[in-house]
Amino acid sequence: MAHGPAKGVTRWLFTTNHKDIGTLYLWFSFAMFILGGFFAMVIRAELFEPGMQLVRPEFFNQMTTMHGLVMVFGAIMPSFVGLANWMIPMMIGAPDMALPRMNNLSFWILPPAFLMLASTLFMEAGAPNFGWTFYAPLSTTYAPETVNYFIFAVHIMGASSIMGSINIVATVLNMRAPGMTMMKMPLFVWTWLITAFLLIAVMPVLAGAVTMMLMDINFGTAFFEAAGGGDPVLFQHIFWFFGHPEVYIIILPAFGVISEIIPTFSRKPLFGYASMVYATSAIAFLSFIVWAHHMFLVGMPVSGELYFMYATMLIAVPTGVKVFNWVSTMFRGAISYETPMLFAIAFVILFTLGGFTGLMLAIAPSDIQYHDTYFVVAHFHYVMVAGAVFSMSAAVYYWLPKWTGRMYNEAMGKLHFWISFIGFNITFFPQHFLGLGGMPRRYADYALQFADWNMVSSIGAFIYGASQILFLYNVIATIVAGKKVSEPKTWDGANGLEWSLPTPPPYHTFTTPPDASVIEENSTVAH
Amino acid sequence: MHKALVAKLLGGAIVMFAFAVFAMPPLYRLACDVLGIGPQQYSAYEEAAAAVDESRTVKVQFMSTNQGAMPWVFEPAQFEVEVHPGERAEVAYYAKNTTSRDMVAQAIPSVVPISAVDYLHKIECFCFERQPLGAGEETDMKLVFFVDPELPKSVGTLTLSYSVFDITDRVASEVSLN
Ligand code: HEM
Ligand SMILES: [Cu+2]
Repeated sequence: MAHGPAKGVTRWLFTTNHKDIGTLYLWFSFAMFILGGFFAMVIRAELFEPGMQLVRPEFFNQMTTMHGLVMVFGAIMPSFVGLANWMIPMMIGAPDMALPRMNNLSFWILPPAFLMLASTLFMEAGAPNFGWTFYAPLSTTYAPETVNYFIFAVHIMGASSIMGSINIVATVLNMRAPGMTMMKMPLFVWTWLITAFLLIAVMPVLAGAVTMMLMDINFGTAFFEAAGGGDPVLFQHIFWFFGHPEVYIIILPAFGVISEIIPTFSRKPLFGYASMVYATSAIAFLSFIVWAHHMFLVGMPVSGELYFMYATMLIAVPTGVKVFNWVSTMFRGAISYETPMLFAIAFVILFTLGGFTGLMLAIAPSDIQYHDTYFVVAHFHYVMVAGAVFSMSAAVYYWLPKWTGRMYNEAMGKLHFWISFIGFNITFFPQHFLGLGGMPRRYADYALQFADWNMVSSIGAFIYGASQILFLYNVIATIVAGKKVSEPKTWDGANGLEWSLPTPPPYHTFTTPPDASVIEENSTVAH
Repeated sequence: MHKALVAKLLGGAIVMFAFAVFAMPPLYRLACDVLGIGPQQYSAYEEAAAAVDESRTVKVQFMSTNQGAMPWVFEPAQFEVEVHPGERAEVAYYAKNTTSRDMVAQAIPSVVPISAVDYLHKIECFCFERQPLGAGEETDMKLVFFVDPELPKSVGTLTLSYSVFDITDRVASEVSLN
């Protein structure tokens, strides 16, 4: 067993090593982040001024669609799978993932899927242009021919996610070192376990939705076509039955990351560990019964509106428990503000803000005003960018020294943080005003009264975009020339089995499970 | 040691896929029926006519919409009628195929307010059938209905609206499939 990695590209093509596969996922997701970010820059450049300047409206629609799809399915989701691959075995004292070969497969089918999706940009019919939520009949009756590539790509992404999730569940349930009981698992492992169950439950529903589209488009069925006895509103129900749990699939692992980082830099164990586990489970359960808050305007009966409104507001309770616990962990802690902690604190503040706008949107009568405006865009970027992406940045800074045995440049990390933080808020805070003022989302142009805040928003977007280049530079500089570090604990306050390993960890770790005493000493749970 | 667990999880995924494709559409239909929403009545009302309630008059309004690029002229022959609950009324929609090719259309009805949906009974409706019209042809399409005397007192006006869809290609592909 004590052999190192193979040489050359075959190492990466045929690897079944969880660290290698984690690295592949992380780099792939970063590449998608850059690609999706490029699309966002096109969008913001066009919206810099009113009127049409740079692109045709048709192409603008392709950009918003591809931006959403690439960011959600290509950047955020795979990045957390990468993190899971790297960290879960090291956190639970397992030698590798449970199903290493399937692990290889679930990664390697992703790049072709996205290549296929991106290739539609160069086809005559153009890329998908019906929004990342691909509502029928826009995505069926009125879709460009390339919709079939999109459907196939979604099938592959779904298969990859399902395989990845099965692997994670099997790893967590079957591979824990003796003594690593469920209620001793680090919270990141817990949140991923729950996320994996969510994925197994709803990715097939997404696959079902696109399969029905495929049938409607190519085989004359009428699931979503009123003319044939179907109903386009059915599509929205199916999509959001997947879609709302999906937003928690995105955010739960981020919760896990933040729950690792805040205790480390507060030098206190996580406050309310058990309540965190229960709150996460409650959020996961509730996420299945609130989907129609995205559909307050489709003509639901009042009873339905009320039900979905109250059920949605209920989610704020377990979410509030989590925020309370993070703040309580910091309370009276010996806090230091290294880059990961800065991102984590920003996460807590900005995610909470996004949660509040979510509550505003959850109020059905108010949502009649807010729906499909930039207010919704502001809401979900606060939870997905300041939530998921910030936590991912935090995770990279937090574990990069462990992974590589080299320290990143702290000053540059902080600079990245501050530029991101300021750029992000300049971009998305004004979008609240635009939305409340009535600017609809997904248009290539806007009325003159929205000109000023749009320009501000675009400037913010360029700043935020640029700061990611700094991030990339810092990571590469660390890997090739960072100051070598070898102490097992990069951070003095860190807990968790991964920090009991040498830095950088050997190719194979925990080939023999750690002692119960090691597990106890390094436990993230308050003793 | 992982086989049983993987089998269970994979089984779960397959069940969820089947749930989406085979269970969600009929469940949705059922929910619409129970709640009285969606494209409501697909076939003729069969129950016996009710006694006419002359003490009350309700207004029924008619609307038409051409879906997408549907080129036909499609409009109600009269925009509203006043009826007593229980009283049968016969009205017509006018349709003309203004193109130079033979086409088939399908009209999909919808009633507002939602609270009145269950009380508008169509005995005969062009929407129960497809409407083929040759190039340049026109027709008056019949609708016979009555309003149930149980109609909630709060409802004084009903609006019945039809969207007409071009289903020529759909019909053609069905024929070629057979
Ligand atoms: C307290 C928690 C939350 C509540 C109450 C909430 C509520 C809502 C509501 C009511 C909408 C629909 C608005 C409309 O279209 O008119 C919405 C949209 C959205 N939310 Fe949230 N949300 C919450 C948290 C989150 C989280 C954690 C995420 C993801 C990480 C998220 C992602 C989204 C996205 C992506 C959309 C827009 C989807 C689209 O139409 O493209 N939300 N939210
Ligand atoms: Cu939602």
